[in-house]
Amino acid sequence: MLPTARQLLARPRLGLVTSSLHLATGRSGRFLSTLAILEQRDGQLNAGSLSALTAAAKLGGTVHGFIAGSKASAAAEQAAKVGGVEQIITVDNEAYEKGLAENYAPLLVENIKKGSYTHVITGHTAFGKNVAPRLAALLDSQQISDVTSIEDEKTFVRPIYAGNAIATVESSDAVKILTIRGTAFAPAVPDSGKASIVQGVDPKAGSTSEWVSENLAKSDRPDLATASKVVSGGRGLKSKEDFDKVMLPLADALGAAVGASRAAVDSGYADNSLQVGQTGKVVAPQLYMAVGISGAIQHLAGMKDSKVIAAINKDADAPIFQVADVGLVGDLFANVPELTEKVKAGQ
Amino acid sequence: MSALRILVPVKRVIDYAVKPRVNKTQSAVETAGVKHSMNPFDELSVEEAVRIREKKRAAGGVEDICAISAGPAKAQDILRTAMAMGADRGIHVEVKEGDDLEPLTVAKMLQKAVEKEKSNLVILGKQSIDDDAAQTGPMLAGLLGWPQATQASKIEFGEGDSVTVTKEVDGGVETVRARLPLVVTTDLRLNEPRYASLPNIMKAKKKKLDKVTLGDFGLENEKRLKVVRVTEPPARQGGGKVENVDGLIGKLKELGAL
Repeated sequence: MLPTARQLLARPRLGLVTSSLHLATGRSGRFLSTLAILEQRDGQLNAGSLSALTAAAKLGGTVHGFIAGSKASAAAEQAAKVGGVEQIITVDNEAYEKGLAENYAPLLVENIKKGSYTHVITGHTAFGKNVAPRLAALLDSQQISDVTSIEDEKTFVRPIYAGNAIATVESSDAVKILTIRGTAFAPAVPDSGKASIVQGVDPKAGSTSEWVSENLAKSDRPDLATASKVVSGGRGLKSKEDFDKVMLPLADALGAAVGASRAAVDSGYADNSLQVGQTGKVVAPQLYMAVGISGAIQHLAGMKDSKVIAAINKDADAPIFQVADVGLVGDLFANVPELTEKVKAGQ
Repeated sequence: MSALRILVPVKRVIDYAVKPRVNKTQSAVETAGVKHSMNPFDELSVEEAVRIREKKRAAGGVEDICAISAGPAKAQDILRTAMAMGADRGIHVEVKEGDDLEPLTVAKMLQKAVEKEKSNLVILGKQSIDDDAAQTGPMLAGLLGWPQATQASKIEFGEGDSVTVTKEVDGGVETVRARLPLVVTTDLRLNEPRYASLPNIMKAKKKKLDKVTLGDFGLENEKRLKVVRVTEPPARQGGGKVENVDGLIGKLKELGAL
């Protein structure tokens, strides 16, 4: 299930920005044009990367999208339906499918030069963190990472120190390269837009690294980064068996994604890719339920922008209760199954 | 296989357990009198370099492990820690207190250092926990034109300078292969850094520590970003506790979360 509430939110905002597009360009006196780099896999757009188009629209000026990979054209057709986007540039070449930075960054350099873009935006995802800084170095630009708000064409807001401080910075670079925090910009919704789809430049640069394999955790549950509800387990779950037995039914009853603290991941209760925090995923769902998680600052960095935070912990002094909108002090092994049953019964 | 000459960049940051405070003028985070330590991801880098040597994981052996840090005089403490963990020597690039370098400048500095030290493997942390930029490693690889493997949780050496790296990516892990020279950035799962023992701390005091400046590398501290202001994030107030599961469900419904 996609986060429909957030998508609905995206619409009016996008519409507003699009209608004031020409005004914004006129005021600045300089032509702004932004390239949003979209992630795809097997021709399917990564829903989270559509946030890059929302962020691009906020800048004002022309918005183009960029997609490369083995079935880039298929993904391009989806992205072309996003209102306010003028053009989607595609490069259909299997060499770019896995987003290897060694050939993807030079590919971007060629297309950015050709389009004379003033801004380049991609998600602060594993892909964005891998490719964008390499691109920035090739363009001699000081990238701005994990942007949560765009004040104007050169002023950006980003969290530092695990979100314990918020920095506003002004860039003097000719080409501004941003990675954006997905949860801070609602994903753009492919709707009735009609962007033109054009073939990009393909320098066919060879890669000095090769992709060998991947092992992705398979799950029918919502994607952690974009889910509207997240239930997260910590060290209090005691074992992988207990984690699965207690947390998964609750997640399913709520239709939530499953997350975990670093302690739970390090102890092998949950997969690494489920870690929420400064060094894992940053989430901002409608509901974040922390179970058996004390609330270290590194964990809070990944979830404190959630709309509602609920905590279940047996330690009444756990720091998580300082941020939780609702807290229940008690044994999770009794309370969570009871909660699961009552949520199910309420449906 | 080539003998490894490993360069390990380390950064002195506010200790991870300290809650940072924004200064009165809202220009930066207060650093005076605050406990500092080595960036946790950089500890993983040093540990990995030392383990590659100790476990003889690379066929060509490890010829040199050089730690490098740019920062004020106190950055030398961090370099001594790296040497106590097993690095052979250190390079301190002196930068005035409070005159922080942007990642692009650090990457350019490291590019020069790599050329000078004839490094063929650079192991960096995936991000520093102060500015959370996660840029220096890939920027360095781009400047050098070397392959990169970011967010590594496993590094294996094969034949003919080939290196296979397992990377943490969204949704799982990915494995890539490249040849030396290579830039790798470390993720939490790569290893567990050791504590430096007292004898090793003593020995580290005798190891070579070179002092250089950015000027020696033909660089200056060019700032592309102007910090307009630094503020505290909006405080989140706890909403109080409930007695039981029914109370929890009731409150969540009231808040519109269920």
